[in-house]
Amino acid sequence: MNNSLGILRPAWEVLSKLDLVMLLALAALLTLGGITLHSASGGDAAMMQRHFFHLVFASIVMLVAAQFPSHILSQWSVWVYCAGIILLILVIFQGSKGGGAQRWLELGSFRFQPSEVMKLAVPMMVASYLSGKTLPPKLKHNLIAVALALVPMLLIAKQPDLGTALLVGTAGFFVIYFAGIAWKWLLLCVAALAGAAPLLFFFGMEDYQRQRVLTLLDPGSDKLGSGYQIIQSTIAIGSGGVYGKGWLNGDQSRLDFLPERHTDFIFAIFGEEFGLLGNLILLGIYIFIIWRGLYLASRGADSFSRLLGGSLSLTFFVYLLVNTGMVSGILPVVGVPLPLVSYGGTSMVTLMAAFGLLMGLKKRKVGYEEY
Amino acid sequence: MQSVYPSIYYLTASKMLEKKILKDEKEEHLLFRSRAIAAAVIVFLLLSVIGVRLFYLQITSHEHLTELAQENYQKRIPTPPVRGQIYDRNGIVLADNKIEYVLEVVQDKAQGLDDNIALLQKLIPISPKDISKFKQKLRINSKFQPVVLRSALTEEEIAIFSVNQYRFPGFAVNIRTERLYPFGSVASHVIGYVGRIDTRDLERLGKDEYKGSTHVGKTGVERFYESRLHGKAGFKKVEMDAHSEPQRTLAEESPISGEDLFLTIDLELQIKAEQLLEGQRGAIVAIDPRNGEVLAMASVPMFDSNLFVNGISYKNYNALRDNPERPLFNRALQGAYPPGSTIKPAAALAGLNSEVITPKRSVNGRGFFQIPGTKHRYRCWKKTGHGHISVNRAIYQSCDVYFYDLAYRMGIDRYSEAMSRFGFGQKTGIDLPHERSGLMPTPAWKNRRYKTSWYPGDTVNVGIGQGYWTASPLQLAHSTATIATKGRRITPHVLKSVRVSRDLPEKLTRPKFLPSVIAEDKHWNTVIQGMVNVVHGPMGTARGSGAGAKYRYAGKTGTAQVFGIAQNKTYNAAKLAKRLHDHSLFVAFAPLDNPRIALSVIVENGGGGSAVAAPIARKLLDSYLLPKPVTIKVDNTKESSETPPNKNDNS
Repeated sequence: MNNSLGILRPAWEVLSKLDLVMLLALAALLTLGGITLHSASGGDAAMMQRHFFHLVFASIVMLVAAQFPSHILSQWSVWVYCAGIILLILVIFQGSKGGGAQRWLELGSFRFQPSEVMKLAVPMMVASYLSGKTLPPKLKHNLIAVALALVPMLLIAKQPDLGTALLVGTAGFFVIYFAGIAWKWLLLCVAALAGAAPLLFFFGMEDYQRQRVLTLLDPGSDKLGSGYQIIQSTIAIGSGGVYGKGWLNGDQSRLDFLPERHTDFIFAIFGEEFGLLGNLILLGIYIFIIWRGLYLASRGADSFSRLLGGSLSLTFFVYLLVNTGMVSGILPVVGVPLPLVSYGGTSMVTLMAAFGLLMGLKKRKVGYEEY
Repeated sequence: MQSVYPSIYYLTASKMLEKKILKDEKEEHLLFRSRAIAAAVIVFLLLSVIGVRLFYLQITSHEHLTELAQENYQKRIPTPPVRGQIYDRNGIVLADNKIEYVLEVVQDKAQGLDDNIALLQKLIPISPKDISKFKQKLRINSKFQPVVLRSALTEEEIAIFSVNQYRFPGFAVNIRTERLYPFGSVASHVIGYVGRIDTRDLERLGKDEYKGSTHVGKTGVERFYESRLHGKAGFKKVEMDAHSEPQRTLAEESPISGEDLFLTIDLELQIKAEQLLEGQRGAIVAIDPRNGEVLAMASVPMFDSNLFVNGISYKNYNALRDNPERPLFNRALQGAYPPGSTIKPAAALAGLNSEVITPKRSVNGRGFFQIPGTKHRYRCWKKTGHGHISVNRAIYQSCDVYFYDLAYRMGIDRYSEAMSRFGFGQKTGIDLPHERSGLMPTPAWKNRRYKTSWYPGDTVNVGIGQGYWTASPLQLAHSTATIATKGRRITPHVLKSVRVSRDLPEKLTRPKFLPSVIAEDKHWNTVIQGMVNVVHGPMGTARGSGAGAKYRYAGKTGTAQVFGIAQNKTYNAAKLAKRLHDHSLFVAFAPLDNPRIALSVIVENGGGGSAVAAPIARKLLDSYLLPKPVTIKVDNTKESSETPPNKNDNS
């Protein structure tokens, strides 16, 4: 078959690294996302154009990311990780401010968010470290793995960017989980976290973060302030009903009642316009993608592939859970977008790169002997 | 799926061996699978929580949240209806809607309000008073509602503002309709006036209906027929965005204009009546006995209804309220005067009906009446007495003794009951607010009121329409109309017809009949003959006013004592203060065959009925019954104020 392709053979080589089923599911999600964004942006053509460019660029990044075999990735992990840590420290000292937090690093005219890189670098690093050990790893190795995840997580939380810190931390944690840490340790961690929550609330959080948590418990307490977003987003979702108000007919969105409706709160618009039915279909697609990700991971060529693939799949899930949870008013507001639907180039590129890595992890028949 | 396993296993394992680390690839793979399955279960469970939450929002709370969404963006803006107009019976406008241009400000859209007002003052005059009023209203009104800054804009001012409008966001010139009473004070007690809605009104009225309205009828027809005049408010459902900018109209319901009312009032007769009372205090009520239509209802002095429309100033209001002439008091409807001799025809009928008297029977009028066994003399107005006198003469000569005797022999219970049949002591049920019932005294009433028993002397006083008996001019006109129709009673009313829309014919109001006064025809004729002789007979008390009439009519004079005169003293008008002078009364109906008008005239402290009230009645009857070439002249600038303070009570 490959012979008959002639000059298309190199192209096939590149494309064959991808997983068709996953590609179809992603395409479905991106299509829904584009449709919703069109409505959420109020038909803003310029925004849609930028979104399209993000998509094209992110797809290229995905294609490139899929080309690296797992042992190369494993080898590079430590360098990428170390570079990321250095950049994070740089950000703290001379990053530019965006939205009240220091997150960006300016390299000439190019603005760059090192914390995004860590979303991939941390699971790669931890996976690379643990895959070199006998699984399940010993307690000492697990503790080192935790430290590997914790350092960048704290650096990011210091910016402060709680959403990204959470995603980076969980990405590292998921690797440890898949590496086979004993359930008792897991339960202990969960218990410790629950116990530390009040301490974190009173001593570890900024005022605005505390306010967000309090708002969640009683959105009516500050109707026009911090509660406004949650109230308006639950109104948007709830008024959608079973079938929704129809595409472009979301009153909450159209009449500008919902802040950040094209970015973090786009799920509310989706729920308003497509109703519970649309929401279930959307969640279905997400579940399918997560399942497919776990499946691809389980078919990974080696431990590193499986650990990284599993972690990336579950991180994607955390994106989804945190975003839908916050938009529907059961989790505090943290800056986590609805993956692959919310407007925003950075997260789009990171996520597509992750899917590129994930698809590229499967065992390779072609050229394996050459290795 | 597992066919390739061994080779991978082998390859990686050999690599591991190279690194001297023992790894069981198969074990690790199985470990991963079990962890992945556990993860998948947790993923599914946690997403189920989201699913449940969505179910709760989109199904359980759907209705509530939909309401909240609508509250967010749907604003109902009421559109006030156009108030119905009021016309006289001939279609002359008595209450009109004037169109006015006002400068309004929507607070929400206006930035730097004070600066902009100061800037605007350089273009068009805005007085500090306008501004303070505006500020006051701002506090009460919603910031989305337009509030008037300047009213009565001239065309030039509108032009100046329009050119500069872009500099004043939130400012706009709007049309407003305002109530106008073209005849000012004419019939002001009947028409009443509208005023700004206050909190008391809002409690009384449907809040929804009046959301867009600013005015409401406060007195008179304006109040009584408020619901007809007001119409039905419309609304505009507007979609607003989060910044309160209207986006589009979702639904609209036009207001339904109020109904136009045609009154029974004959403007010409009304003006004539008011002119005849000019400079005095008094009231005239004229009723068409055939159908109960009130042709004129004058209460003098009057007030200008226009003063109240936009909120009367304290100064003006205090002047009206503290005026000793009491211009705000509707004497025709609320005045309680002793009816005096005007009730003698009705009393005579009661006597005839109950066979206490007969047409033939005569009484010796010695100039006074004494209750058998007592010394007290109830005097006749004619000190020398009338001699032996029949009922006919007793009426036209107004013999007090005859009627003392009648009442005394009838007894208060029967007498009171018979007079109540003419409507005394009860509201007539006219379609105007605040009617007063007057008083037809009974022993039971006296016991309740004064905790004393009824004395025979009380009955004697009541026999000539004095004592505790009080009646309103409306009741007197009504009882006179009842005699004119020989007992058929119809509720007096001021609404003649209603026009719901200009395209529809007017709807006439139906007369409401009251229980008739039943009496034999010959008794009626006896009584009426007595009244005819009052004006046409050679000895009638009002023969002077009746002289030369081109039609025949029936009447009765009345002189109501305000001031009790001691037993041996004589009434000397010249020596008494004006406010203690007798009230002058006259009742009449005409023409004799088929009466078309029945009226009562009362001039407070006017003196004798024949001297003051009777000539007024004659002039009014002439103006109504005789063909006239006169055109209406309107003069509403008069305010009389030269007479001293007065109280309208009886002795």
